[in-house]
Amino acid sequence: MRDVAIIGIGMTDFGEHWNDSLRDLFVKAALAAIDDAGVDRVDSLVVGSMTPGLFTGQEHLGSLLADYLGQGPIPGTRVESACASGGLALRVGFLEVASGASDVVLVGGVEKMTDVSGAQATYALATAADQDMEVFHGVTFPGLYAMIATAHMHRYGTKREDLARVAVKNHDNGLLNPHAQYRMKITVDQVVNAVKVADPLTVLDCSPITDGAAAAVLCPLEMAKKMRLKKAPVRIAASAHATDTIALHQREDITFLKSTYEAAQKAYKMAGVKVSDIDFAEVHDCFTIAEICVLEALGVVKKGQGGKATRDGLTARDGRFPVNPSGGLKSKGHPVGATGVAQAHEIVTQLRGEAGARQLKGVKRGLAQNMGGSGGSAVVHILEVL
Amino acid sequence: MISPANVRRNTPQRYRMEAGKCASCGKVFFPPRVVCPCGSRKFKAYTLPSEGKVVAWTVIRTAPRGFSDEAPYGMGIVELSDGTRLLCQIADCEPERLKVGLPVTLEFRKVQEAGESGVIAYGYKAVPER
Repeated sequence: MRDVAIIGIGMTDFGEHWNDSLRDLFVKAALAAIDDAGVDRVDSLVVGSMTPGLFTGQEHLGSLLADYLGQGPIPGTRVESACASGGLALRVGFLEVASGASDVVLVGGVEKMTDVSGAQATYALATAADQDMEVFHGVTFPGLYAMIATAHMHRYGTKREDLARVAVKNHDNGLLNPHAQYRMKITVDQVVNAVKVADPLTVLDCSPITDGAAAAVLCPLEMAKKMRLKKAPVRIAASAHATDTIALHQREDITFLKSTYEAAQKAYKMAGVKVSDIDFAEVHDCFTIAEICVLEALGVVKKGQGGKATRDGLTARDGRFPVNPSGGLKSKGHPVGATGVAQAHEIVTQLRGEAGARQLKGVKRGLAQNMGGSGGSAVVHILEVL
Repeated sequence: MISPANVRRNTPQRYRMEAGKCASCGKVFFPPRVVCPCGSRKFKAYTLPSEGKVVAWTVIRTAPRGFSDEAPYGMGIVELSDGTRLLCQIADCEPERLKVGLPVTLEFRKVQEAGESGVIAYGYKAVPER
């Protein structure tokens, strides 16, 4: 396998883009990444999108987007793993370059979620859960994560306020990200007392409905070294993927994100690092409890300690292990298929030292964890600056 | 919206709690599967017990399409007396009573109203002791 580098990144603002279609959003992010890399062609395109059919009626994205990017007749592939579609697209692009099948690959993620009503969006998102065993009974995604929360609180003594602190911290970070959808400061009291969606989760524990796209240009590291790049290439030190039952209740331990654990272990091995060698992470905080459980599954803290770690400031921008400096899904927004690629965008931005007011000091290696459904799939990447 | 074929196909599980038990390792699958992670493809018919306890719960306040008239309603993961777990609504229970460890019994109830397909979907809900 060849070493693979990210040589260009781009993304749209995350938010409600009523004047832009799915293809407009994708092309804007992709062109930004192509311009950032300074390449004039790509050999192949991989795009992550969860359910463009239900959100916009449009499928067959690989060909549509290759055409609208002006790159036809290159191969165009659409990748789906629910909310981990973007992360998985990055992995598929990585494998395509690493294997030698293609040299320059454009990886993108896109979701156009606001063309439909809230009820339709809820229905579309619920397709990531088990239709026969979960959705049939009237459960929603906030409901599934709420059950992880009540089980975690019961077993480990995690406090309602600990969940809220995840949202407060991520909004503090998102406030400094010009691409973020909800750039506002919030308090623990506001989170706890907001409108309840699924007890104990309120609307401020949940990531929003978002339109947006993100993209990255990948090529072999050796090729990147010979190119006259304006910016240092970022090496993909690890790319790993794992699955779990998509029905939450079928897992041995519903508070433990086993797919994330498995993907992380594979990633650490591939990169030859321990979790203590990672400087910061972008993780899948689709709901506040998710970030707490992800910290535990990545091995950043022991099982049950994710809430306490957040309370103690471990994951703040000035903490020992900053998590979601971009604002995370919570504040930056969560256009589901774009999220995994947007996480890589933030890590590259931080590693290049281009994160402006939210720049972390002295970071050399970052981890991205992207998750599908209630944890039925997980993709972990480790990126490092040379 | 649920289709007539889906309702018919799921009847053994939703009406009669029919599960499958691996003939080799004894693991219970609900719904039944054709292959066990242990490698076996042989299963015995098995009916789930109806007694259990809540291991995780929530109250759905923002409900999906087709359920909004019922909201708020209790939802839980129930661990049955044989250790099998399933997810279902927790009915006839005030939200304040919901807690981990709450003893419940599965009862046959209407789960979804007739939608565009015209089929009423029945199934199981968990009900605490009155």
